[in-house]
Amino acid sequence: MSEPLLDVRDLRVSFRTRNGKVAAVDGISFQVGDGEVVGLVGESGSGKSVSMLSVLRLIDNPNCVVEGEVLFKGRDLLTMSDAEMRKIRGDEIAMIFQDPMTALTPVYTAGWHISEQIRAHEKVSKQAAMDRAVQLLDSVGIPNAKERVNSYPHEFSGGMRQRVVIAMALSCSPSLLIADEPTTALDVTIQAQILELLQNLQSEFGSSIVLITHDMGVVSQVSDRVMVMYGGRLVESGPRRDVMRDPLHPYTWGLMGSIPPTDGTRAPRLATIPGAPISATDADRDRCLFAPRCRFASDSCRPTPPLVMHTPGHLDACVLPLVERPERRREALTPVEVTL
Amino acid sequence: MLRFALKRAVAAVLVLFAISVLVFLIFFATPGADPAARIAGRNASQETLAQVRESFGFDKPIPVQYALMMRHLFIDRDLTSFVNRGVEVIPQIKQAIPITLSLVIGAAIIWMFFGILMGVAATAGRGSAVDPLIMIIGVIGVSLPVYWLGEVVNLMTQSRLHDSLFSWVPPLGYAPLSDGVGPWASHLIMPWMTLAVLYAGIYARVLRSEMVGAMNEEYVRMARAKGISERRVLWRHAFRTSLIAIVSLFGLDFGALIGGAALLTEVVFGLQGVGKLTYDSLQNFDLPVILGCVMYAAFFVVLANFLVDLVYALLDPRVRHV
Amino acid sequence: MAIGTTEVISTPATQSTGPWRTAWRDLRRNKVAIGSIIVLIVIFAACLAAPLYASQVMHLDAFTSNLDGTFTVGGVTGPVMESSTSGLGLGVNPIGPTWLWNNFFLGADNQGRDVMSRLLYGGRNSLVIGLVSAILCCALAGLIGIVSGYFGGGLDAVLSRGLDVLWAFPVYLLAICLSVVLINQSLTIGPITLNSGSIILPILIIGVIYVPYVARPIRGQVMSLREREFVQASVGAGATDGRLLRREILPNVLPTLIVFLPLMTAINMLTESALSFLSIGVQPPDASWGTIINDGVGLLYTRPMVAIAPGVMLAITAVALNLLGDGVRDALDPKARLRGAV
Repeated sequence: MSEPLLDVRDLRVSFRTRNGKVAAVDGISFQVGDGEVVGLVGESGSGKSVSMLSVLRLIDNPNCVVEGEVLFKGRDLLTMSDAEMRKIRGDEIAMIFQDPMTALTPVYTAGWHISEQIRAHEKVSKQAAMDRAVQLLDSVGIPNAKERVNSYPHEFSGGMRQRVVIAMALSCSPSLLIADEPTTALDVTIQAQILELLQNLQSEFGSSIVLITHDMGVVSQVSDRVMVMYGGRLVESGPRRDVMRDPLHPYTWGLMGSIPPTDGTRAPRLATIPGAPISATDADRDRCLFAPRCRFASDSCRPTPPLVMHTPGHLDACVLPLVERPERRREALTPVEVTL
Repeated sequence: MLRFALKRAVAAVLVLFAISVLVFLIFFATPGADPAARIAGRNASQETLAQVRESFGFDKPIPVQYALMMRHLFIDRDLTSFVNRGVEVIPQIKQAIPITLSLVIGAAIIWMFFGILMGVAATAGRGSAVDPLIMIIGVIGVSLPVYWLGEVVNLMTQSRLHDSLFSWVPPLGYAPLSDGVGPWASHLIMPWMTLAVLYAGIYARVLRSEMVGAMNEEYVRMARAKGISERRVLWRHAFRTSLIAIVSLFGLDFGALIGGAALLTEVVFGLQGVGKLTYDSLQNFDLPVILGCVMYAAFFVVLANFLVDLVYALLDPRVRHV
Repeated sequence: MAIGTTEVISTPATQSTGPWRTAWRDLRRNKVAIGSIIVLIVIFAACLAAPLYASQVMHLDAFTSNLDGTFTVGGVTGPVMESSTSGLGLGVNPIGPTWLWNNFFLGADNQGRDVMSRLLYGGRNSLVIGLVSAILCCALAGLIGIVSGYFGGGLDAVLSRGLDVLWAFPVYLLAICLSVVLINQSLTIGPITLNSGSIILPILIIGVIYVPYVARPIRGQVMSLREREFVQASVGAGATDGRLLRREILPNVLPTLIVFLPLMTAINMLTESALSFLSIGVQPPDASWGTIINDGVGLLYTRPMVAIAPGVMLAITAVALNLLGDGVRDALDPKARLRGAV
């Protein structure tokens, strides 16, 4: 197997606070291959955004400590100099963020933004960069690209603005695109368009994508592989089909169960995961972090269950015997009356 | 755009009119006020008072007096002083203008240079000792009474260190450009620096506050993700966005200063600018001169407001469509 | 899927600290702000003790002329106004600073009075005028801003135009105009007569002229608050104007006013000192730091301490107020907290 494009090894991101060290990302390891679309799923606070931000070293907090190895094309990004890192950002790894409303400096036009990125990495004239900007805007489906290239960010609608951001991100043909909740701030109808756009561009440009989201629906639409995070740790990872059809981890069952079914009889009640996501300041981390909310928890959930490969390519971090899982899953999906 | 300008122009004229009425009322209609007594002096006899009243037209109703004075000021342009009879107001103001302009423009260049430098340096150095250090200097600048600073500067340059470090500083006063750039500048250097200290402090603080806010915005993170240098992020993204606030503030301050807000500096350094003229006229209750000076000052404040709104639209594309 | 476990499912409700408590906690942790508060308390206390200092320490009245007074150092007695030794040797100069705590610490002024005592007395007026006018300004501006921003319409139009005119009148000029007119005769409004020497006049004048500066941001804030969802929700639930103003508007406007308070105190103190310097602020026999600087100008080249000391006091006080203002703003601004925190 050829060298993976991105190889994250035991990444730990913690923040020093008044009350001690808080772990936002607690030792995750994964790989992204060429041309792969990997969905990174988890609820707010699971550490998914922080992990990818620290891959690009974009966390501007002096109290942040990043440990581990992040190998990109064989080179460790965490030990690179700032100058080398700047060469990679925008050129080989690009990132787009959740809120297109605030992603672009309001005083510059769309064309200026794209041009700035191009000229930061390639020696081209202003005019050549602008021409490419027009082409890029066109390729992401913005009508009248020639005129729109001189429009300001506030003159675009939300969906259009996100397209501009995507155009900008792809302007230097990066090998890896990190998309942090790219559709969360958009209408559902626009959501589908943007996802389709990403898919098309991915096959056209050949870049790998890490798609961060909390929405299982989004993941099921575009990913090749799925990784599930909880409490700063990876709890399940595998090919999309396998994870969506036969999820192994109780947390994943909860996530799947919370999607309203569109076929069959209408469920009398939507399944939920009771309790609240684990707080990052919770010091008791020597166990499965999902245990307090898991009905199948037992004493074997301590110490932390390791990520184990059960079926080829499909890993999870639960100690329940594999054979019992399908039945447990059925159990878990049946809503039960609970008096609180 | 034209409609906008026209509307603002009309509003501006109305504001100026209101101010003129306000000044008039303050001096003529405050309870207990008697303009004749003020001009004639405290212990004037009744005959003197009556004479003064007649010759200045104080026996006419107030709106008539107002109308007459405004007519003399704007239409006939021959408004004369109450105190120095026969001396016209408008030429007096005209004479004072170059002095104030010299003071204000020079100081403005100095304070903008240092203010921007300090603000950007503090932002770039935030998290280290550089930031609070620069800001302390800024706070001190803002807290020193400008007239007191001027007196201390005079103490140093005219007396204590006059024989050593500051022997080149001429005595207080003004030398017009026609005397040569050297004398003109050497008379103004100390006033420039004194006035600039206050404003550099203000601008350093405002700029730093705006820029640090900008550096925490999403678009700065996005810019970094594009792979551009930190210096470019600082200047082209954070500073450029903060420029809007700085330029607006500058427009207002500059307008006010041209109109005579630097009067304390002018008084302390013996510069016969518009501010000093205003102050002298206020001391003497020389109403025509006061009226002329206040109108002059208010005009620039209103003009500055207007221009700042225009420039704002130029610098911030988001405002243009409103 | 409601999952039952042996452990507690529901997370216990934690007592969250309210915004005022959080702000106070943040302020307490801010060393610079605490230092500023301490400095201000010391200055305030020292000025409060002015009569004590004058009578117990100096045994000299700070207001009556003392041209023939004497002072004793190390057993040797000399006149307070000594013959000038500089220049042509004509005229008299007051003595300079002795740097002795209880004996003309900062020297004497041109009337032979103890500068230190006058400094403390002057501080009282400067501090009182600065603080009270700031409170007046913030209160008035808050009222106008809330009324104008909340009720809108014609009332807003009238108030806003009024503020515009007031603000278009260059601030210092307006202060000087009003002061010049009112200082020289008493002001009679209805049954109330303010004599020309009353310090209420500067308080009123300075308090009023800065109202537009504070009222405009308040008005803007109230207008945007009015459109916010939580206010609309209250309206939908049938809340009256009074309730809305009390429950939704006022608690959000109050922090803004509190942030303005130290800042306006500093600005107003400096304005009062400028007016007093021009002899149209505090009137003799009262003193303020501005009047003492004015007194000191005549002695500037011979006994500079008379002019320097009050300026230094003004600067220290203003610096402390500005730093405190910054600290208060950081403590009360939730966005600032998010930025600094983890």
